[in-house]
Amino acid sequence: MRVTVLLPGVLHADADGRSRLDVEVAEGATLTAVLDTVAGLYPALDRRLRDEQRGLRRYVNFYVGGEECRRLDGAATRLADGAEVHVIPSVAGG
Amino acid sequence: MAQSVLLAIGTRKGLWLARSRDDRAGWEVTGPHRPMTDVYAVAIDTRGPAPRILAGVTSEHFGPSVAVSDDLGATWQEPEHPPVAFPAETGAALTRVWQLAPGPAGAPEVVYAGVEPSALFRSTNGGVTFELVKSLWDHPHREHWTPGYGGMAIHTVLPHPSDEKRVTVAMSTGGVYCTSDGGESWEAANNGVRAHFLPDPYPEFGQCVHKVAVHPERPEQLFLQNHGGVYRSDDAGASWSSIAEGLPSDFGFPIVVHPHRPGVVYTFPLSADLRRFPPEGRCRVYRSEDAGSTWSPLTAGLPQEGFWTTVLRDAFCADDADPAGLYLGSRSGEVYASRDEGDSWGLVAQHLPDVLCVRAAVV
Repeated sequence: MRVTVLLPGVLHADADGRSRLDVEVAEGATLTAVLDTVAGLYPALDRRLRDEQRGLRRYVNFYVGGEECRRLDGAATRLADGAEVHVIPSVAGG
Repeated sequence: MAQSVLLAIGTRKGLWLARSRDDRAGWEVTGPHRPMTDVYAVAIDTRGPAPRILAGVTSEHFGPSVAVSDDLGATWQEPEHPPVAFPAETGAALTRVWQLAPGPAGAPEVVYAGVEPSALFRSTNGGVTFELVKSLWDHPHREHWTPGYGGMAIHTVLPHPSDEKRVTVAMSTGGVYCTSDGGESWEAANNGVRAHFLPDPYPEFGQCVHKVAVHPERPEQLFLQNHGGVYRSDDAGASWSSIAEGLPSDFGFPIVVHPHRPGVVYTFPLSADLRRFPPEGRCRVYRSEDAGSTWSPLTAGLPQEGFWTTVLRDAFCADDADPAGLYLGSRSGEVYASRDEGDSWGLVAQHLPDVLCVRAAVV
């Protein structure tokens, strides 16, 4: 199935200038599986999104179907064919 | 010929670089480089054919990294994969890099990184990528190390100036550890250093050491600013004696050695643990020229009233020029420099974000 990852402008440079990534993953894939596929294509992007243990960065939000993944099953959230993952930096800093 | 000196200023929101081409009479300041990252660690490595700046940068959103510049900050490089990363089997993830320390001159590709959570990493490619020093990570004491207020980090790394097998590290809390066999084994080195916050005030380890400094020409002699206490070791850390007498307070964060004159050491005292201000709101550096036996305040050019800010553990340094220069940055964003070994000071920059670290070198 195909999932689309939408990136904020600040991360385009880590994805060869792309704002959206169409990712082929197995049926019923989790967000982790999607990000693992992204990591294989753009490792410099992956390390902005996740730490070295594949933990989601605390101040990066991943909206799946309009809901932040941490309100669903976190990185284990399952995606459907055609789903969009909106990556949006959260409000942080001073 | 006038010496050209580079001063790197790491702050809460990026890196500033100051360059002097007239023997530190005037400074040209640029920045922010790497904006909106906290820069806890910076190093200027002058061992190679061109000076390399290394910066430990952490984005609150996008995590920690180490960036390097081989053109004095004009451009920066980072590898695609994380330059400092814990192996999967540790289950740990890097919070930030607290210290970047070039190795001895005889090993010009070796650079160390002290990090949070407390661990030491070693690079053999000039600081582009690093590997965990497993022996320290596996130390049986590690499970007993506890975080201080700023986090549990190895904040001090002192490679021996000539013996590649010897390295000293320090952390808060945990204390000082040394290896003399290239990192195969590590020994706690805190004998005589007080831990007033523990039931046993002189434990084998667990001290809240704030900073340790060593002179390159006298590597057996170490100086230590403790969380309460200022100490000297004359036996490479095997034992420590107080040198706090003559200071207005034994509390503070940085301690700095003169780059050329062994036994000359500088501190920046704060009143007390529970009163972390310069005594009387006066910005005073203290210098000893006899390895801590006596101390004198240095005040010329430094604000002598209303200075209610602090100087963090890595926000005070010396350059390697002759005569030596000294640099200190405050949490209120001022950077002062002395080009006469501390006798007089002048402002290099102000209104910066909190200064977290400074490093300077002839380039």
